[in-house]
Amino acid sequence: MSASHLGTLPKHIQDELAALEREEASERAVATASQWRLMWWRFRKHSLAMVSLGVLATLFLVAIFAEFVAPYNPMAVHATRTYAPPQVIYLIEHGRLTWPFTYGLKSTVEVETMRRVYTLDYSQRIELGLFVRGEPYRLLGVIPTDLRLFGTRDGTQLISVLGSDRLGRDLFSRMVHATRISLSIGLAAVALSLVLGVTLGGISGYFGGRVDMLIQRLIEFIDAIPSLPLWMGLSAAIPLTWPPLWVYFAITLVLSLLGWTGMARVVRGRFLALREEDFVMAARVSGSSERRIIFRHMLPSFVSHIIASLTLTIPGRILGETSLSFLGLGLKEPIISYGVLLQDAQNVRTVATAPWLITPALVVMLIVIAYNFLGDGLRDAADPYA
Amino acid sequence: MNDLLLEIEDLKTHFFLDDGVVKAVDGVSLQVRRGRTLAIVGESGCGKSIMARSILQIVTPPGKIVGGRICYHRAPGDVVNLLDYQRKSREMRAFRGREAAMIFQEPMAALSPVHTIGSQIVERLRLHSGASRREARALAVEMLHRVGIPHPAQRVDAYPHQLSGGMRQRAMIAMALICRPALLIADEPTTALDVTTQAQILELIRQLQAELGMTVVIITHDLGVVAEIADEVAVMYLGQIVEHGPVDAIFHHPQHPYTRGLLRSIPRIEDVTRARLDAIPGAVPHPYARPGGCPFHTRCRERIIHQLELCTHTAPPLTRVGPLQQARCWLHEPPGDGQRGAGHAAEPALAIIGGQ
Amino acid sequence: MDRTAPRDAHAALLEVQDLKVYFPIRRGLLQRKVGEVKAVDGVSFRLWPGETLSLVGESGCGKTTTGRSIVRAYKTPPTAGRICFRGDDGQVVDLAQLGDAELKPYRRAMQMVFQDPFASLNPRMTVLDIIGEPLLVNGIASGKELEARVAELLRRVKLPPEYMRRYPHAFSGGQRQRIGIARALATGPRLVVADEAVSALDVSVQAQILNLMQDLQAELSLTYLFVAHNLSVVRYISDRVAVMYVGRVVELAETSKLFAQPRHPYTEALLANVPRPDPRLRGMRIVLQGEVPDPANPPSGCHFHPRCRYAQARCASEAPPLREIAPGQHVACHFAETLTLRGAAAPPAVA
Repeated sequence: MSASHLGTLPKHIQDELAALEREEASERAVATASQWRLMWWRFRKHSLAMVSLGVLATLFLVAIFAEFVAPYNPMAVHATRTYAPPQVIYLIEHGRLTWPFTYGLKSTVEVETMRRVYTLDYSQRIELGLFVRGEPYRLLGVIPTDLRLFGTRDGTQLISVLGSDRLGRDLFSRMVHATRISLSIGLAAVALSLVLGVTLGGISGYFGGRVDMLIQRLIEFIDAIPSLPLWMGLSAAIPLTWPPLWVYFAITLVLSLLGWTGMARVVRGRFLALREEDFVMAARVSGSSERRIIFRHMLPSFVSHIIASLTLTIPGRILGETSLSFLGLGLKEPIISYGVLLQDAQNVRTVATAPWLITPALVVMLIVIAYNFLGDGLRDAADPYA
Repeated sequence: MNDLLLEIEDLKTHFFLDDGVVKAVDGVSLQVRRGRTLAIVGESGCGKSIMARSILQIVTPPGKIVGGRICYHRAPGDVVNLLDYQRKSREMRAFRGREAAMIFQEPMAALSPVHTIGSQIVERLRLHSGASRREARALAVEMLHRVGIPHPAQRVDAYPHQLSGGMRQRAMIAMALICRPALLIADEPTTALDVTTQAQILELIRQLQAELGMTVVIITHDLGVVAEIADEVAVMYLGQIVEHGPVDAIFHHPQHPYTRGLLRSIPRIEDVTRARLDAIPGAVPHPYARPGGCPFHTRCRERIIHQLELCTHTAPPLTRVGPLQQARCWLHEPPGDGQRGAGHAAEPALAIIGGQ
Repeated sequence: MDRTAPRDAHAALLEVQDLKVYFPIRRGLLQRKVGEVKAVDGVSFRLWPGETLSLVGESGCGKTTTGRSIVRAYKTPPTAGRICFRGDDGQVVDLAQLGDAELKPYRRAMQMVFQDPFASLNPRMTVLDIIGEPLLVNGIASGKELEARVAELLRRVKLPPEYMRRYPHAFSGGQRQRIGIARALATGPRLVVADEAVSALDVSVQAQILNLMQDLQAELSLTYLFVAHNLSVVRYISDRVAVMYVGRVVELAETSKLFAQPRHPYTEALLANVPRPDPRLRGMRIVLQGEVPDPANPPSGCHFHPRCRYAQARCASEAPPLREIAPGQHVACHFAETLTLRGAAAPPAVA
């Protein structure tokens, strides 16, 4: 307001009074922080979600550089090492810290059961090392190299940290490769659900009326179908003659066919809520086109909600793949996924004699829990203005 | 004669947030006399609501009462410090509901959407008295009648969503008053209502107060409501009481620059059109950026006109400025002599600001 | 059907004729229409250039819907009626049924300020993006020029231009409302609809914004349609006032006349119920019984008759039309001439 009527006061007092009128906005870093920065600040406070983020990031790195991380080719069969137990890595020798080493395995075939029995061969001290030379491969499918993250120093002896399966294949190497398939199938299936969910949910929420009613009934119908039997039916229909890559994509499709409904609901709900927001009306009054209102004003407001909701659906997809493969209806050898690995642990006898074959299940649990915590954290951070 | 009902001394309620401590209530002292109506008035963020909730200890974490005393006089001589009770103790639960009750701006916050209003009132009554279900229901119908709900015998079985906004407000009042509390705390009870409904609810509160002899503490930002219903007024700014006194004195002889500013900034219905409004400059500071010294000094024109340096670094005490009136301002406590009369010294300057 | 002061009807900036906005009530599995809410039911008024007309009334009276329909803020056009707007070229166009593309050139001339300073600014956009949006989509400015324009607008609403890179959450309620006003002014409008523009603000800040709006009106020769429920604010800001009740205008007159001598019993009741910030004026009110009826199911005849102290048999059966009983004074009451109603003039001095 003007201070003209204060003319009788001395100049310096008038200046001070004028200064009062200037209200300062918040000077803190928050003032210019975009929604993503605010979300990150909020997400950081969720410690379990932060840990989960670390766990998942590590697993994704493992998946990307699987050939490097795995000491051996996951297909390599070692007839002398069927059901070999995990080899313990020693760090202390004669009471002193040394470079990690392990002892070799001696196997004898038990005559009555025709089973191999392993004992440690203390005469055979195997030095372990990081970045050792191994079987040649192409890193990321391009760079030819033979460097491996770890292995035995001399390269001829074997180390299986998690034991071996019935064909003597190194379980750790197989799990590293399974991580690649299982994590990627989760993402791929969710990506497909995303496309379906956002499209149908968007149409439903934006247009409303009859279209909305039809899509909502469709969603209810799909949600009423028991998922596992349908998945089983559909995957059973995949021809056995298909190449592994085709099967992989077919399974992805099967998994995402039912999974988009939750996403569609989220998108529809956000659309319905945002349609009524004053800032959307303001954009319309400003002369923004409906297209611009959707993509410039509404969409940025719920991208974060979509990401959070996506994260929470990934574990379901991973478990779906694992279940299907475990039942023998999903992925099959030579593709390695956690479900495929767990097929080996299907009977009690195997589990009793080679308990290390269940470790893939533990990793699946870890992945699922990490995704859930991550999704929780994201959901809490998704609306930093609440 | 000791007619005090509530004595609040140096009450402090702080909120412990990730980014720092917000002193929502920062050393409030107040006395509420039996059968009277005290209005606590202030702008959003001044702590008036938290202060009222502190009396009932319904401040939820991260908020915490960190100091002070709230003495409740059950009868002359029978005094308890409510802060001696744990937040969730049996004594405190009995105090809430039976001796003190609260009504809110949004009735749906107090009413359960899945139970009929009748069953909620009956449950409240039976919890605090030995009434049988049958008696309780009869009393509920009677109370609904009293708060002006038409056809109470039928409405007793209605769900809150079946009632209009004004009727819900009445139902909430009925529930609050069913145990005949000695103290009613009303937190912005009419803010969400239209003027005609607001007038009805204020009238109802006043009438029930006369019938039941209750003490009412009303929290509002609307000076019109204050003028309408209060006997005494406490003006709050940033967690502190800046002025306290009888309603007529506050409206006609305000002594704190903030109170004066508030009264001058509201347009009045009897004014001529387009007279320029005398706004308080700036906005209430962010709770993390609380100014030092007198919390109001960043917006105070009188400080500048009187060139008071003291305000920027030393907080003024609550000083007596009238028979029952107190204000927290250095204008009234000139360093050196404690004589009252400084308030009058402020008048000529005021005339310059307000005069047009 | 001249309903305003004896001014030249051709000079009106806006003429609203018999505006109706009905919202369908849909129920059931097939979303069949089972009824409609007559939010606005035949509202007519004129708006002269440079004046402020206030629409007042209680919740559900249709004042907000009227304001929003005039700037075509809803996706669907109004149910019926004409919204005749005089463009810059002097041509009068009926905006009521125009499509998005035809409407666009007129959007620049009619803008809106919203009630909620928090909800009306997109929290995910910077102040520059928010105020720049109307400039950008209307092809007025872009790039460096856009920034210069936004800086100028911020200065106009008394905010430092350096704040344009900040997000709305960095500002107080009053500052946000200034940003909302700057956005409304961006395209250089002639008509601004202010929808409860100050009701969400604290009293001290409310006065700042009201002063700002007055200054801007004088500087930019704006015409305001001010939608409000606070009669003290309305008294302060408006030249003329239209009182609405359940979708209809019941009284329309110059502010001083309407406040000094209301001609509709509802106006009288509204004025009497305004809480006055003076404890010496207690007990001066007429407490109006009953509640505002549901606009989906309004009473017959005059909608106000069930609550009216002066109602007679005729009121229940026959809806009174809005008629001019004195120059510039329009009332929808059968007995407007015979009733003597109390206004809100300064009360007799209390000793």
